[in-house]
This record gives sequence, C-alpha cells and structure tokens, in this order.
Amino acid sequence: MSQDARAAVERIFRDEYGRLIASLVRRFGDIDLAEDAAGEALVTALEKWPADGVPPNPGAWLTTTAGNRAIDRIRREKLRDGKHQAAVMIADDTPHAPTGVIEDDRLRLIFTCCHPALAPEARIALTLRLLGGLTVAEIASAFLVQETTMAQRITRAKAKIKGANIPYRVPENEDLPSRVGAVLAVVLLIFNEGYLSSGDGDPIRAELTGEAIRLARIVHQLLPTDLEATGLLALLLLTEARRTARVRGGELVPLEEQDRGGWDRALIAEGHDLVRACLAANRPGRYQILAAVNAVHTDAPTAAATDWSQVVALYDQLARIDPSPIVALNRAVAVAELDGPEVALAIVERLPLDGYHAWHATRAELLRRLGRSADAREQYDAALAVCDNQAERAYLLRKRGQLAG
Amino acid sequence: MTQYLMAVHGSDDDYAQITAEQMQEMFEATDRFNQQLRADGVWVFAGGLETVASASVVDGSGEAPVVTDGPYLETKEHIGGFWIIDVPDHDTALKYAAAGSKACQGKVEVRPFQAE
Repeated sequence: MSQDARAAVERIFRDEYGRLIASLVRRFGDIDLAEDAAGEALVTALEKWPADGVPPNPGAWLTTTAGNRAIDRIRREKLRDGKHQAAVMIADDTPHAPTGVIEDDRLRLIFTCCHPALAPEARIALTLRLLGGLTVAEIASAFLVQETTMAQRITRAKAKIKGANIPYRVPENEDLPSRVGAVLAVVLLIFNEGYLSSGDGDPIRAELTGEAIRLARIVHQLLPTDLEATGLLALLLLTEARRTARVRGGELVPLEEQDRGGWDRALIAEGHDLVRACLAANRPGRYQILAAVNAVHTDAPTAAATDWSQVVALYDQLARIDPSPIVALNRAVAVAELDGPEVALAIVERLPLDGYHAWHATRAELLRRLGRSADAREQYDAALAVCDNQAERAYLLRKRGQLAG
Repeated sequence: MTQYLMAVHGSDDDYAQITAEQMQEMFEATDRFNQQLRADGVWVFAGGLETVASASVVDGSGEAPVVTDGPYLETKEHIGGFWIIDVPDHDTALKYAAAGSKACQGKVEVRPFQAE
C-alpha cells in the first residue's frame, strides 16, 4: 500500500475516532472493548480502502465494522470463559441509561473522561486518548512522562470508570455548570501545554493547540448556549491566531514586538464573532473575559494603539470573579501601560507569587523600565531558575544581557 | 445497580470540639438521612462505630494469632461509621455521600464493592 493511501486512511480514522469510540461505548458500555473494536476496524480499513476506495460514508462504515468486531469479540469471550455477557449484550432489551439534556455520544464521553472522581491528569490523558484519538506514546511525550507511566494512568482511570460505575452520561441540569467547568479546564490545559511547552522540545506544540481547539469546537457545537464554552473557544482561537508570530529564531516574541501582519486574520475574525456573541448575552465568566482581553489585543493595529483602559477594566471584572494573585499579576501588566511601571510594580511586589516565573519576569521588566538594573537582573535570574520553556528562556536571557551596568 | 460503601472519616480532635447540642443535631440529621435512604429504596446497611480506643487487630496469618491493641492504621483520622447503599451509578452514590456528609458533619469516602 502506498504511503499516501495509508496516511489518508489514518487521517479519516483520526477525524472519526472520537465519534466512533463514543458510539461504541454507548452501545457496549465498555471502553476497552470499544478501543479494541475501533483498532480492528482500522486494520480492516487499511486492508480494504486502498484497493476498493474509501466508502461514501467512512464514519458509518467504521461504526458498522467496529460494531461487528465487538460482537465477534464478545462471542469469543463467551466461548472461552462461559460468561453470559454476550447474550445480554446482543439481546440487550433494557433502555440505555438516561442521556441527560443533550443526546450526543461524544458529549457524554467528554463528561465521563472529565468526571470529578478522576484525577485531573487522568482526565487530560483520557480525553486526548478517547476523544482525540492520540496514541498513548503521543500523550506521554506531550506531557513529558514515560510511556509506561501514561499507560498506567490511562488504564487506572478506565478501571475506575468501570469499577466505580462512573456513568456515561451528560450530567443533570443542576450539575451541568460545575461539570462543564471541568471539561473546559481540561481543554485549556491541553492548549496551554501546547502553547507554552515545558522541557527541551519545541517551545510550541501545534498538534496540541490544534487538538485543544478541535475539542473546544466540539464542546461549543454540542453546548451552543453555554457562554463559557463559547468564551473558551474564542480565547483559544484568538491566542492561536498569534502563534506563528510568537516565536522567532527560537526566541519568544512578546506581544508588543510581534509582527501583527503575521497574525491569522481568519482565526481573529472567528474569535471576535464569538466574543461579540458573549457580550450580547451579558453573562460574563472567566473564559469570556479572557477572550475579551485577547479581542482587545487583536483589535489593535499596533501595540501602541492597544486600548489598555479596556484591558484593565476587563481584569477588574475578572478579579471580582477570581481574586487570585495570578489575575492580579496580569492586571498589573496592563496597569503598567496605563499608569506607568511604578504604579504597577507597587501592585506586583505585594503579590504572594515567589517562585512563579511570570511574577519574576514581570517584576524584572518593570524594574528594567524604571532603570533599576541590578534589581532587574536579580529578577531575571529568579525567573530563569523556574522557567522551562526554551523560547521564553532565550527571551529572558537576551533581556538580562541588555541591562545596563 | 452497584453497592457502595460510604465510610465516614473524622478525628477525635474534631469530635472533641463538638458541643452536646451540636451532637444531638447531628444524630437527628443522620437519622433523617437514614430514613431517606430507606424511603428511596437504596438502603442496605449502616452503623456507627465506637471510638478507635475500642479497636483490636488480630493477625492470624502466622502460626499463632497475634492480637494487638488499637486500630490497624495509626492515623489521626479514623472511620467513625458507614453506610452501604445500592444505587445505579457513581454519580448517585456521590449525591448520597454529600447528603450523608452534611448530616453527620464528617468526610465520607465512597467506594464500590467488587462486582461478583
């Protein structure tokens, strides 16, 4: 088989994977069985499609083939160990579990993967595996852990879903807001790991930011009335729009120095539309506000033309929802542009963020602007000691090198 | 349906700070919760335990059984009581655990029984 044909089949499979797994889990109630059956369907597709051509509806073909494989497998299990499971599965006349407010297999699977009874790192891994179709090796390398560690984490999470009888459904209305929060948090964590990667690898991992955006699109499409889901998608699009301008020659380029001609206008337009939809609804939440901040930045033709008072006002609004020092730090960066570095430094120095690299980097920058080179150098060193993104390190090293005296 | 153990954890320090009046309220709230479990048809069994001072540990895995005074784990927090409920899924168990925790004012661990 030609490499092209193989790549084409694998691309279709990857696109259909989340939907395929979700429908198999719904039908058979078993994640492992669903994954095995999907794998067997892929093998069959790789044998048949290059010779016979891709079927008109590849998704339906994969679902049917995988479903048949799953039933074969249950029958074999039954013969081998005498379980009665197969008979029950094949002639299952009990109605499916109540599906909650929206009937979509993938939505149910996302809520199952991001269930609060699972550890946060397990939620991320499981979401990427089952909805994104990433291999265990890919997820392990994205999060810089051994493949065996990641495999154990995923196996344990699946065992907990099965053993604790964690339901495969969208939560009831009363639980929905808090559970959507967990799903959105997982998607953002996946994006952030791609956008500011830790370790020695690439500073930006486009495959992870792309995967996060794909998941955010699914959640937004499935929960169109959830404004925070809308806000998160907008936030990711407006951030992704600046991706290629953000690193030059292996060094991070801060917002004010970026080549705005290199920003992705299509993503910005889409993000702005979503932000406008949020503003019209006027029920602000964390992701909507962060998206609005990014809308202000991407609206400005030059860094100097940025509407900083609007940015400060948005962070004020966010601080009322989330009075965390990290929000206060981001607000202070905008305050520096509006009221000068001295005012901002006074705010920043009060924040209990010792050891947080962005805090040290922000202090360093403000001290540099105030001409306090020795203090700035100390803060650049503190930031470098805890910063593990290679492009950001390169940027901090250059800035430190430029200090006078 | 799956059976779940809902075990109540608490420390003697915590309990020492509770007034007799509060204790009475907790007993009444727990009693109401127990009645709710029965009314919902999910009740299997429940019980409160005496303090850890009453615990003994028997190790019969060697040649002769060894009996030691005190709980198996020397920790600050111990199981004070438990429920066993039979519910459709984990989310339902978590809901009952939240109500049970509120009633008895202690943290509740939720664990499914192994499937047969």
